[in-house]
Amino acid sequence: MKLSDWSRQELVARLAGPGLNLWTGPFLNRIRTRIPAVVDGISLLYADYPIEAEGDFADFHVALTQPLGPRRWLRRQVNFEFDGLRIFKPLPLDQALPMMEWGLNWCIGGHAHQYLIIHSATIEKDGFAAILPGAPGSGKSTLTAYLVNNGWRLLSDELALLSLEDGRVTALARPISLKNQSIDIIGGLIPSARLSRRSEDTVKGTVALLKAPADSLARIGETAQPAWVIFPSYKKDAATALVPRPKADTVIEIGRNAFNYSIHGRQGFDLLSKVVDGCASYDFTYSDLAEAREVFAALEPAAAPAREVGPKTSSG
Amino acid sequence: MSDRRHLLLNLLRRPDDFRALSLEQWDLVVRQARRSGVLARIAFLLEDRGSLAEVPEGPLQHLLAARTLALKHVRDVRWEVICVTRVLADLKVPITLLKGAAYVFADLPPARGRLFADIDFMVPKDRIAAVEKALLRSEWLTDVTDAYDQRYYRQWTHQIPPLRHDRRQTVLDVHHTIVQPTARASVEPEPLVAASRTLDVAALRILAPTDMVLHSAVHLFNDGEFDRGLRDLLDLSDLLRHFGAEPGFWDALPRRAEDLGLTGPLYLTFRYLQRLLDVPIPPKALSAAERWQPSTARRALFDSLFDRALLPDHKSCDGRLTPLARWLLYARAHYLRMPFALLLPHLVRKAVHRGEEE
Repeated sequence: MKLSDWSRQELVARLAGPGLNLWTGPFLNRIRTRIPAVVDGISLLYADYPIEAEGDFADFHVALTQPLGPRRWLRRQVNFEFDGLRIFKPLPLDQALPMMEWGLNWCIGGHAHQYLIIHSATIEKDGFAAILPGAPGSGKSTLTAYLVNNGWRLLSDELALLSLEDGRVTALARPISLKNQSIDIIGGLIPSARLSRRSEDTVKGTVALLKAPADSLARIGETAQPAWVIFPSYKKDAATALVPRPKADTVIEIGRNAFNYSIHGRQGFDLLSKVVDGCASYDFTYSDLAEAREVFAALEPAAAPAREVGPKTSSG
Repeated sequence: MSDRRHLLLNLLRRPDDFRALSLEQWDLVVRQARRSGVLARIAFLLEDRGSLAEVPEGPLQHLLAARTLALKHVRDVRWEVICVTRVLADLKVPITLLKGAAYVFADLPPARGRLFADIDFMVPKDRIAAVEKALLRSEWLTDVTDAYDQRYYRQWTHQIPPLRHDRRQTVLDVHHTIVQPTARASVEPEPLVAASRTLDVAALRILAPTDMVLHSAVHLFNDGEFDRGLRDLLDLSDLLRHFGAEPGFWDALPRRAEDLGLTGPLYLTFRYLQRLLDVPIPPKALSAAERWQPSTARRALFDSLFDRALLPDHKSCDGRLTPLARWLLYARAHYLRMPFALLLPHLVRKAVHRGEEE
């Protein structure tokens, strides 16, 4: 059963009452809210996700609520609740939908220690995963949004979930969070893109959420073998360049980008070392998405000695 | 008591009944256990029985994750304490570990599956200023910036304001005794130190078994905060089971409680371990405790308060009277901690200050 099987009235009633039991990858979320913008966002972005009509066990119990009291009318705000606890300071009501996404990420990062969780986008092709760690502003989400609509499958926009047994990546395939100019860029390049309403003035600027592609969702149960670690960096007018980087440095950098690396101690270090050993590792500078697509299309798993690509590959 | 409110409690009393839990009940067990800080303990409880793999997939992942986190906390506590001993090495000051850190270093049962917030230890009062200075000169910072709060800690409590490590964010609570000196039942540190035991690591000590139990009891029943009450009650259960096997322990414990003036908390410990967790207490200890027994009316009042407040602080466990019970016990703790003449201005200031922050 998927979410779009329900009428709008039924969805509203579930969200306001016992909660919506929504599967996102390996996690079952029980979500409650009465905020119309969140209902709209969920029914647009999560229309094709599996749901449970009768929920028994849920991984995360979350709610988006409006604080009571007089301030409710002066400055309308939203709270994210994790099983009844308010984890974050309230945000302006306009940011309720991005807050739900951030909150769901927080739930995973803070609790799902059955995985090694790296702060990075992950995409898949032919069973192999590219891990794309990147600081905010590195263009990670834009690149991911573009590639998963051009031959790659979305595993996650924010969190790489690595199995502690074999390092394989589990897919989340949640919506991609686009910021500022990337919203129009992706909207323009991908005619089929389904974007949520924009939230202005968030800590990350203007945010809109992009619905995950249908095939990424259809194959959400398939894990992938990490084959590349690529640190993307968008630089205006820069030439496209894929430059190999030392593996030791990559391990340290990913460890720094992991949510729960230190929690796994020795096991985390061994796993990360093994994963990076099995991957080709690059720094990737780009300004042109079409060129980036070609570079990614040319990637081969367990590539022979990494080679430098660019300054500008011939487009064709 | 097969209702939703007592779901976690019943599982802790009869762990083998986990097989009868429905997925809907597991949902509540995980939430109640997470809120009480005992999720990892359940993982170890079932692991020790060889039953962990029988837990359904959904809840099992949460138990495994909590177990991983608890193991990390134990590693962190070990490392943090070693760092402290290095910083304080030149001072040649005896460091008596308290609560969680003591359980870890003495390898006591409550250390398994315990999640730690702070690291508590005790140093002699006349050395505490030097200890604080050494830690501040190293990488610890004070967490308390308000001048009134700084003064409050130093003048009226049994510890200096908590110190936080600049990078690791761990918090140290440095004490000079185990109970606030203004308390009705105050405790001098000298007899505690005299009875304390050494550890393999130089400079580190732990309290004697009786004193460790009494400290845990006074902390649980007289501190007024019960959000982790069930975890603390389980600590006491573990400690009594473990030390109870040492010869003479059950004779020594009531005597020590009388010597230190901590019979009240020990009485409550026995009562609620029996009432809530079915922990057996030997008759000779119980007969000693009968001497300290409050009146029937007070006992009934205590039961109505602690039976509620010791449940997980989760909405599925809250009855109509739970908030009132928690508030009354919070008020009781303040009454036990400070004379009214000191307490009133303190609470007024806190109330005004909170108003300013809003």
